[in-house]
Amino acid sequence: MKIEIDEGKCVAAGHCVMVAAEVFDQRDEDGVVVLLDPAPPEHLHEQVREAALLCPANAILSGGRDSAS
Amino acid sequence: MDEPKVLPTAARATGCPYAPAAELYEMQKSEELPRIRIPNPMIGEFEAVALTRYSDIRSALNDDRLQMGFVFDPDAPRTMLNQPGNLLNYNGAEHSRLRRMLTAAFTVKRIRALQPMVEEVVAERLDALAAEGPGVDLVTEFSTPIPTQVICHLLGVPYADRADFQRRAKVGLDINTSREKQIENLAELDAYMAELVAAHRREPGDNMLGILVRDHGPELTDDELVGIGNMLLIAGHETTASMLSAGTALLLQHPEQLAVVRDDPSAIDGAIEELLRFCSPATTMPRQAAADLQVRDQVIKKGERVMTSILVANRDPDIEAPDLDTLDVRRPPQPHITFGYGAHQCLGQQLARLELRVALPALFNRFPTLAVGVDHDEIDYRTTALVFGVNRLPVTW
Repeated sequence: MKIEIDEGKCVAAGHCVMVAAEVFDQRDEDGVVVLLDPAPPEHLHEQVREAALLCPANAILSGGRDSAS
Repeated sequence: MDEPKVLPTAARATGCPYAPAAELYEMQKSEELPRIRIPNPMIGEFEAVALTRYSDIRSALNDDRLQMGFVFDPDAPRTMLNQPGNLLNYNGAEHSRLRRMLTAAFTVKRIRALQPMVEEVVAERLDALAAEGPGVDLVTEFSTPIPTQVICHLLGVPYADRADFQRRAKVGLDINTSREKQIENLAELDAYMAELVAAHRREPGDNMLGILVRDHGPELTDDELVGIGNMLLIAGHETTASMLSAGTALLLQHPEQLAVVRDDPSAIDGAIEELLRFCSPATTMPRQAAADLQVRDQVIKKGERVMTSILVANRDPDIEAPDLDTLDVRRPPQPHITFGYGAHQCLGQQLARLELRVALPALFNRFPTLAVGVDHDEIDYRTTALVFGVNRLPVTW
């Protein structure tokens, strides 16, 4: 699994941190998503997929495609 | 096509205020996107495309072509729908610019750090309930003070001023308030917030207004700061207050579900999501098409107004979950759009979750025999406001 994030789209809702704190964090100054692990181990894949699904701004792409669509 | 009929997308079922009106379910089944007329005393009745399906609303709210229809117009009178600094009156880059100034205060980390403060506020309110005794109104003594105290603390607004700003918030959110009254009401809110902004300009406090002035003071006009302050103050207490009272009233009518919230800390996060889905406090979200866009195979034309019914979308049978019309706090978290979706998704949602997660179990633990003090069919629900809730909720124990 390869993850890409689009900082420009991020609205700092924080869902990704809630469901996959090992993979995502938020910048202190504006809450924008920070990718901690661009290639997380398999046991975290389900959480990453959920983070992409919950993201209200489609700012998380996993597996090279738009997982929220 | 028939003449569009008048139907608020906030309409709730007669005798069952948590449920959408039957007409909303009918619209959801319709293959053709329904055109309806929305009554609105403030801007007059208008025609809109109604979006009622979960997937339609999610994709539409994430589409740049669908924008906030009530964009700030400096030449028009100030109302709740026309205020500088209010994020709901901006689109695109201008919206992102303002929102980014606020998001630092609402990160998951920053909100989690507020838990001890929220616990302290809740504990004080539980003592106040106990002191008042059975028969006390939960709305005035518990549901409203908790989020009000928390947002006052965060924002830097004196809690002692609550009677006036709460009254004005209520007037501002009532869709039956006339346009004249709305203008007069907002002028009062603005005058109050302008004094606070001026005080923070002179001496920035250690709170959101102070931080905004310190970090972004030169980029923001006083008018914008007033609008931001009003938006955070009203959105920060009214919706959570409604969830606390409507959620409590609902759980008191479902004792076996209440027991889960009271007794099982591992179930609380899921239970809160289910209550948010089921109550849908912010029932409807208006938009306007800035360009033609497609929903399923149908075109919404540039300039058309769009009303999304969050209420019925949260129970869309297309969501693959059994019986979404039944409250089940133990069900795996279901997707819901109670906080909206897209670039405008609720800024304060993690704060709202924290307050609900702390307050509800604490209430039921402190008063294990809590009960509604009137017959259930006599509970005074607020169904005509922009935010659904309960007007009064007398409780006994």
